Amino acid sequence: MASDTSGGTTTAQPDLPTGFDENKSESMLNRIQHVLHANPILGPLAVLVVAIIAFAIVNGRFLSGANLGLVLQQVTVIATIALGQTLIILTAGIDLSAGAIAVFTSILMANMAVKLGVPGIVAIIIGLILGTAMGAINGLLVTRINLPPFIVTLATLSIYFSLNSVVSRSETIRGSDMPSIMTATGNNAFRIGGFSLTWGTIIMLLLFAIFFYSLGSTSWGKHVYATGDDVEAARLAGIRTDRVLLSVYLVAGLIYAIGAWVLMGRLASASPNVGTEYNLNSITAVVLGGTSLFGGRGLVLGTLVGALIVGVFQNGLQLAGVDVVWQGTAIGLLVLIAVALDQWIRKVKA
Amino acid sequence: MSSPSLDKEQTPEATREPVLQAKGLVKRYGKVTAIASGDLELYPGEILAVIGDNGAGKTSLIKALCGALVPDAGEIRLDGQVVHFKSPMDARQAGIETVYQTLAVAPGLDIADNLFLGREERKPGVLGSVFRMLDKKHMKSEAARHMSELGVGTLQNIGQAVESLSGGQRQAVAVARSAAFGSKVVILDEPTAALGVKEGNRVLQLIRDVRDRGLPVILISHNMPHVFEVADRIHIQRLGRRATVITPQSHTMSEAVAIMTGAAEPPPAVA
Repeated sequence: MASDTSGGTTTAQPDLPTGFDENKSESMLNRIQHVLHANPILGPLAVLVVAIIAFAIVNGRFLSGANLGLVLQQVTVIATIALGQTLIILTAGIDLSAGAIAVFTSILMANMAVKLGVPGIVAIIIGLILGTAMGAINGLLVTRINLPPFIVTLATLSIYFSLNSVVSRSETIRGSDMPSIMTATGNNAFRIGGFSLTWGTIIMLLLFAIFFYSLGSTSWGKHVYATGDDVEAARLAGIRTDRVLLSVYLVAGLIYAIGAWVLMGRLASASPNVGTEYNLNSITAVVLGGTSLFGGRGLVLGTLVGALIVGVFQNGLQLAGVDVVWQGTAIGLLVLIAVALDQWIRKVKA
Repeated sequence: MSSPSLDKEQTPEATREPVLQAKGLVKRYGKVTAIASGDLELYPGEILAVIGDNGAGKTSLIKALCGALVPDAGEIRLDGQVVHFKSPMDARQAGIETVYQTLAVAPGLDIADNLFLGREERKPGVLGSVFRMLDKKHMKSEAARHMSELGVGTLQNIGQAVESLSGGQRQAVAVARSAAFGSKVVILDEPTAALGVKEGNRVLQLIRDVRDRGLPVILISHNMPHVFEVADRIHIQRLGRRATVITPQSHTMSEAVAIMTGAAEPPPAVA
């Protein structure tokens, strides 16, 4: 049968050499589509590498150890928050309250330690629990009351930000007033020449490693993907999708809370006025990293790359002497391209 | 080549126990009666087709058998034992695997992941117990074995995402999954509905293969030619109860449709 049909096409082909060419170029495009579909991280990685090369050519200082260390520091907080965001987006959800949870948790930690005199390490642990609880509230609203994640987190974003002002009385607490452990995440773990790495960055990288593993190599990870891919199919396959969803929101809350600790180290303070941009920027990093907003596909490493792309663009454009106001435009264009690419890749056919 | 099955020897139900049996199932939703009296017998080694017009209650009947709904009254017996399924998981643990019309595969996951979805295998030792590491290698090789046992080993790559497969290939994955894990019964809901002629035939062969490996199959289908091609017996559901049971030999397709729609009196059941 198969030989019959292929025989038929080969006899038709030689008469139409141009048609053959067209066929070939189409299959080239198809092949790219397939390769990107099978390795969704390639696209973001290519963007990152090209951007690094381009900015290095424009300004030699870009590749200096000191500057690369700075880029890493600049992306640490947003990458951490974006990791939690990735988990939620993988389930076809979205978390508009991600940054609000992180900032509110940092305010809670700092106020406990400074105003109530709770020991630093205890304040951090209680903060981690509270952050997890905030994530759990999102998760419960999504799974038990069946509200769309967008609406739930839009509401909790508003609530957490307002509580943030209530608890902090709109006051910033300086890092020098806190127990030293609370800002230790901003300290250098080591430095080689001009390049330095903070404990916060190391924590962030460790988190990425942990979730790279648990998403790729455990049942939980497979269930997260399956739930995001097609929740009904996952349920029929015997997966308790509500539990999976709840666990994802809970774990995301914990990650944001760890992000809060990293944030205090990075800013050497706890301020209720920072981080309004973290909510959307975390989504930007996830999307740039090739994770689909429709759920079920994407990689946490993509998000790391996505956060780095944002950091590299912001830093590189600055070094290139481009006015800061253009940064948003550049990032916005990148997001549009990334989403368009995702749509195209999803249309892959056998 | 149809394998030897009970349509050639139509008496033995006196001696043979049905694998799966439903007796007097009732399911009402308010004033709506979905199943008035659900009866069904599935014997070892057979393909039992269940046909019926829309609203005849075949879906509800099947849902009760696979645990997706809990009947108000009546009993279900599996190998002679009364069972109470509260969820599809219960039925599945008892050995009844169902391939839903919606397929229930995760398109973004690969074939091996889909085959083991919801019952992944972990590595032995500390890696599995503490680090919860999946035994991907073993699952891949097992998946390949199951697929080739059903003659679908030609499926290029077991690590290929299901969404890159054709409709028939996806159906094959779903059927392979049910055959791999179903120890007692496989239930297929409209497995050929979305398929072309060639792929539909391929899936029919797959269904025969499953039966020939010893698993009895319940096939729900609207496609009369397909039903008459593979079924050993045909259960006709009408107005919430079993009208009769015929065989492809005893009746023609148009007779079956006539019974199904009430245009003809149902004959006494053949088995």
